[in-house]
Amino acid sequence: MERGRLVAFLAVAAITAGIVGISANDSETLGGFVSFLTVFVTTVAIFAVFAVGLNVQWGYTGIFNFGVVAFFMVGAYTSALVTKEPSSSEFVKYVGGLGLAEGLGPLNLEGLTGFVLGALAAAAVSGIVAFLVAIPALRLREDYLAIATIGVAEVFRRIAIEEEGLVNGTRGLTGIPRPLHDLVSAPDYKYIYLAIAVVVLVIIFVAIERGARSPWGRVLKAIREDELATAASGKNIFAFRMQAFVLGAMIMGVGGAVYAANQGSIVPDTFSHFFGTFIIWAMLMVGGSGSNRGAILGAYVVWGFWTLTGLIQPHLPEALEARTSYIRDLLIGLLIIVVLLLRPHGLMGEERRVSLFAEHEKREPPPVGAPAAGPTEE
Amino acid sequence: MAELGFRVLIAAPVIVFLFLVLGAVVALLAILRREHPDVLDAVVGASLFVLFGALVIWAAIEARQYLVTGIIVGSIIALGALGITLIYGILKFAHFAHGDMMMFGAYIALAALVGGGSIGPLSFGWGMIFAMFVSLAVLGVGSIAIDRVVYRPLRRRGSGTVVLAIASLGVAIVLRAIMLLWWGPDQQLYVSGIHPAREFPFDIMLKPDQIFIVATAFLLMAMVYLLLFRTKMGKAMRAMSDNAELARVAGIDTEQVVMWTWIIGGALAAVAGILLGIQSNMKPELGFTLLLPLFAGAVLGGLGSPQGALVGAMIVGISQEVFVGIDLPFPPFGVPGYKPAVAFGILILILLVRPRGLFGKT
Repeated sequence: MERGRLVAFLAVAAITAGIVGISANDSETLGGFVSFLTVFVTTVAIFAVFAVGLNVQWGYTGIFNFGVVAFFMVGAYTSALVTKEPSSSEFVKYVGGLGLAEGLGPLNLEGLTGFVLGALAAAAVSGIVAFLVAIPALRLREDYLAIATIGVAEVFRRIAIEEEGLVNGTRGLTGIPRPLHDLVSAPDYKYIYLAIAVVVLVIIFVAIERGARSPWGRVLKAIREDELATAASGKNIFAFRMQAFVLGAMIMGVGGAVYAANQGSIVPDTFSHFFGTFIIWAMLMVGGSGSNRGAILGAYVVWGFWTLTGLIQPHLPEALEARTSYIRDLLIGLLIIVVLLLRPHGLMGEERRVSLFAEHEKREPPPVGAPAAGPTEE
Repeated sequence: MAELGFRVLIAAPVIVFLFLVLGAVVALLAILRREHPDVLDAVVGASLFVLFGALVIWAAIEARQYLVTGIIVGSIIALGALGITLIYGILKFAHFAHGDMMMFGAYIALAALVGGGSIGPLSFGWGMIFAMFVSLAVLGVGSIAIDRVVYRPLRRRGSGTVVLAIASLGVAIVLRAIMLLWWGPDQQLYVSGIHPAREFPFDIMLKPDQIFIVATAFLLMAMVYLLLFRTKMGKAMRAMSDNAELARVAGIDTEQVVMWTWIIGGALAAVAGILLGIQSNMKPELGFTLLLPLFAGAVLGGLGSPQGALVGAMIVGISQEVFVGIDLPFPPFGVPGYKPAVAFGILILILLVRPRGLFGKT
């Protein structure tokens, strides 16, 4: 096995063994063990959505977004406001409350339609925000967009806190509707939600994989590698960068919607730089930017690592236990640096295949004696 | 709901009006850009100076107290922005660990602070001055160490500026985690207790500590200015900022220039963090949030321009205080929580009309 693959395999194996081993040891019943793993995989799937969104921006196009949390937050709040009923209490104030999770008559489908519409609305609003930020910042050097996105994240969090009537301030929104909630009993709902999160991830993954290997995706990668040469071959750089940035933000918005329905409640403090941006960058860097499989693998490895250190916590001496979460922060930061220094392409590395056409060519080599590919004289 | 409705009612026509004005201006500028690009450049630059100049003059007449607070905050931001602009000019990347470096400097001083007492009317004693030098030295040396371990290997490999910036994000997370581990997440103060402000001419209330903050900041900036424009190392730094390749060919030891850049940047960040700690408080969370005013100041002045960092940071600091000081019924006025929004607004404005900033090179 090639060395890179071996490292990736060992990382996944170690994380998996650790999580399964320790949670099996700590769980008192088989049910507890299974439900722990279900919640774990659901969270990985949700984080993987963000990582894939970031991959579209950074991995494919080289756009530098340090405010992932802004789009995550916009998506989460938008879907919550679209699916929730209007406020019925004078102590809970928020705008909207379209109540799509309950309404829609025969099209309701146990709240599934409302959930999908909420996710689409989340994508739309995140996309619009990204579009507006990109107008001043995307034309300039990469760093300017990074600074602008940090700003958006900070300002949105302030707005959510200060405008009490918008999304209920620091108290946040609770009772965010969950799709298909009435099908099963509450303890079993997590299995349904696992399926929902995985389906969303798979849909996004397949769509982006196809997009990345299309002519459109090749232009994005060309921009990342050599902007000048791509411009010289007649591509509108700004338009393509804008599309990639907005698309990535829309994916993050959908991730926010899936996150909100899974949690059931969101407060402004949910959307910290650490959980909303840093850890997602760590996932993409570890997995390998430029590869959607890498983004998903990275989400698994980093969140697995995070969960594992949490599982070890109760077994640690008391003095260390209280501060464990900061040691995890430290390790996440070190992980980013170490990956940049030692394995700049992450665990997966970028896939070399760039085109559906080239893939087809490779699978079916032309018979010997056939005319070589390329322009033939007629 | 009623309150929000009221705010939206007032804000909406204002925003629509602003957009109309903006549209007219943009159309006019588009014509200018096609016909006389150099005239446009001068016009935009001049109008920015007029805009911010008017703000400062207005504040000096109508909101003096906020202007003074703004100058105090601005001088702290300026020390950080100066470091960011130097690092950007010489190493060519946006240093996203700078806010956390400031906080780290503040905490190192907290750790080194021994003994109470007070110097004259100040709230702290000589122990604080000693702690300041300890922190300055730790950050100066620490920055070089981080450069050797993280940035230099990446630089040697020929990594792009963006990779260096992501590495600085990693450094920021690590610094933050160390602060959390060591001092915990709660805010800390150097000296507890109430230190009343005193009355000064023109109805200004100031604490002695605040005069110390501004004096220290300006002293340091004067020293950096002398170093940049009166010493050989300063000349080498400016040369490398202009053109790194040419500087290397001319026989300048670029690694040594890089080292001095980190020493200056780190030391300035340490002092800025300590002064911020004296002015308000310190908290690990604050580091990343600080990036917004720091970069807004540096970009407004023109990334890479030391004089620009000072002017830009002052404008950001004053605008933040003045905007939230005025009590108008729509955001961002009168809400302290919107200070970052003011910095963000300035940043976006400058990115839209003049990305090279007030003093930046074309």
